Amino acid sequence: MSIDITEFYQTFFEEAEELLSDMEQQLLQIDPSDPDGEQLNAIFRAAHSIKGGAGTFGFTVLQETTHLFENLLDKARHRELTLDPTIIDIFLETKDMLSDQLNAYRQQTEPDSAAYERICNTLKALAEEKGHGSGAVSESSAQTSASGAAESSAMIIRIAGVAADNATSLAEEMALFGTVLEQQHANDVLTVRLETATGEEDIRAVLCFVVDDDQITFELVAAASADNGVETSVDEWPAEVEEWPAEEEMVQKAPEAEKVTPVEPVSVAAPAEPARAAAPAAKKAERAAASSENASLRVSIEKIDQIINLVGELVITQSMLEQGTSDFDPVIHGNLLSGMNQLQRNARDLQEAVMSIRMMPMDVVFNRFPRLVRDLAGKLGKQVEFETVGKSTELDKGLIERIVDPLTHLVRNSLDHGIETPDRRLAAGKPAAGKLTLSASHQGGNILIEISDDGAGLNRDRILSKARENGLAVSDAMSDDDVWQLIFAPGFSTAEHVTDLSGRGVGMDVVKRNIAQMGGHVEILSRTGQGTTTRIVLPLTLAILDGMSVRVGGEVYILPLGAIKESMQVRPEDISTVTGNDRVLHVRGEYLPLVELYRVFDIPDAKQDVTKGIVMIVQSEGRSFALQVDQLIGQHQVVVKNLETNYRRVPGISAATILGDGSVALILDIPALSRAPQDREGSHAGHHRSAAALH
Amino acid sequence: MEASAIDKVQLEGEGHEFLVFRLGAEEYGIDILSVQEIRGYEGVTRIANAPSFIKGVTNLRGVIVPIVDLRLKFALGNADYTAQTVVIVLNIGHRVVGVVVDGVSDVLALTGEQIKPAPEFGSTLSTHYLMGLGSLDDRMLILVDIEKLMSSEEMALIDKAA
Repeated sequence: MSIDITEFYQTFFEEAEELLSDMEQQLLQIDPSDPDGEQLNAIFRAAHSIKGGAGTFGFTVLQETTHLFENLLDKARHRELTLDPTIIDIFLETKDMLSDQLNAYRQQTEPDSAAYERICNTLKALAEEKGHGSGAVSESSAQTSASGAAESSAMIIRIAGVAADNATSLAEEMALFGTVLEQQHANDVLTVRLETATGEEDIRAVLCFVVDDDQITFELVAAASADNGVETSVDEWPAEVEEWPAEEEMVQKAPEAEKVTPVEPVSVAAPAEPARAAAPAAKKAERAAASSENASLRVSIEKIDQIINLVGELVITQSMLEQGTSDFDPVIHGNLLSGMNQLQRNARDLQEAVMSIRMMPMDVVFNRFPRLVRDLAGKLGKQVEFETVGKSTELDKGLIERIVDPLTHLVRNSLDHGIETPDRRLAAGKPAAGKLTLSASHQGGNILIEISDDGAGLNRDRILSKARENGLAVSDAMSDDDVWQLIFAPGFSTAEHVTDLSGRGVGMDVVKRNIAQMGGHVEILSRTGQGTTTRIVLPLTLAILDGMSVRVGGEVYILPLGAIKESMQVRPEDISTVTGNDRVLHVRGEYLPLVELYRVFDIPDAKQDVTKGIVMIVQSEGRSFALQVDQLIGQHQVVVKNLETNYRRVPGISAATILGDGSVALILDIPALSRAPQDREGSHAGHHRSAAALH
Repeated sequence: MEASAIDKVQLEGEGHEFLVFRLGAEEYGIDILSVQEIRGYEGVTRIANAPSFIKGVTNLRGVIVPIVDLRLKFALGNADYTAQTVVIVLNIGHRVVGVVVDGVSDVLALTGEQIKPAPEFGSTLSTHYLMGLGSLDDRMLILVDIEKLMSSEEMALIDKAA
């Protein structure tokens, strides 16, 4: 049998990962003193399915670990093992170990054997200590006990949609579970009467990697339920059924605890035909109901991005057509123009719908925090009530992936520095358990993520004294907001002790930079003694930007609309020079540095006189500055195109886009421009010089 | 219009096929396999502070493509832009780059014997980027390893870190 097993690996890895993540959720929710049987079952099933797959693919270490784990879970669900928080901890640790092993296999390496032995020993010890009986029994009998009701029994397995040439090999696979008493292949349905000690779940787990779950039907014909079993089977069974050996004989023949060998998957003409096997068992119906809840399709990001790109093109073409037809006489071309309107609406709707494919609920991110908080709080000896709000808020997948690290950092900070130890909290008249809330919500075109704690809050005096130590320019008169911004300075930490969690001062500036790279910003609200809220504001998506197009000389640039505070025409008396070269603009009592776009980009035919042009007040990273342009053109939604795909990073430019007329316009990188004035001496020194100045 | 210029495809013999283009009075050849298409010069958006031979970026069916003027890079010919100006769109290692040349003349197949090693000479076009000199009757083709040239640091097309 020659099958390329590797193509099934990916499926297994993905499924196993999901199962592990489910498992963790369940473990965290479980109440050790009164465990919910359904939850234990769910955990058990997850472990079991992973074991089945691991066995199939020959991932021995993973298989053995899940096996031991499963034994314990089995005991727990049969109330033979009494759960307590320590055991849950061990279970969680095991889950982590399984993830590590899975990753090792994914990278085609062997998992860490020391870690494997350690976890095995822990599990075995636990089994011996708490359970009655053996966790570390021999493979074969353990397999049997693991599969639940492990009586050897006969069953009829029907697999639909199996081509003739696959049927034989599939049947051979079945033989590995036990003794094939009878097999038959007709109308693409393979029917196997199997005598086995392996449970239905086990067989299903192994087969599910080669055939779809709904292609398989099981029918138990165990000796105990012989009457019932035979009756139903006879109804649906072809005539040959009469010739089969009597049930009693079969049971006698049943080998004692048949050893289950890992099975290679069989290549089956997959879901080509609808399953013909009818009469789904009640259990299957249940399963179907469960699976319909997450009726989803796994599609590669590349494909989606391709669609997004194409739709972006469509929108551009549409606006090109619209421009081209705008001066047509509506009387003569009425149909065409109404068609154009329709096209515009459809194109926008399509774009919106396509963009939403990339959106993922914040759930994905938030789900990893209960565990983190639980572990950290335990380590720090703190009590924390963790709450998440707005799990269903959606965010672009690209951003979801990149928000995890900054959020993790902020949550750690809150736990480590924010929330106090229980005795300190009690002394301060607060409940012993601190409260940590992670929330997400929409606000206009942005998403707002907040991490708030009711801890000690930031300490103004300490931040100020630390800032002086670090040689930052500070004064006691600074507003609280300005003081809080200081903690984003590189190398800044006010932690009394550097712990392994935080306090090294490498964090907040990185957090801030990461978020700025995503087009967002961070704000801190804090009250000493009452807690801190860190607020992250992110754009909904990276692929589309609300922009303002401006003209400078003969060139058009796009400014992100979110950065623009206002635009104005200035009078000569509002402008003053600093050291002869740099200019500042006086706006309502504030002096803002003036960045002349024509100078930064060396644009020849631009209006040099600031009073003739327009000044945009823009804000980035908490700083405002004035940007001089010639003219405002208008507001658009633009599709962001990466400039680095075929070119390189351009100082002062974040990306490019294609305008309605098909030409390319560059999108300004406001944070980089805000840093431009300080080091602009000799801005005409050309490419390399300004590259250094801007980045 | 460019297509008609390349009607004289010669396929005899083993060896490489080269797209031949003119820069001033000189004839250059590049591996035909790195050529994606040939189009006119239009709608280029200037990029500030880039070297002068990088004309900017253009929209090639939704893809942002940088345009390099080889005439400026090698100080050959008159860098004027008319309806006849030709851009060769290259596809080099997953990147798309357009180069402006004076004109595209031929696609020629050269056998190994027809390709002579390039002698050492000046610095404008380092021998490093040359595959050799092709001789065909009385014509001499300067065969450029366009992939190496375009990825080089002096073309400033790719971030150094990348």
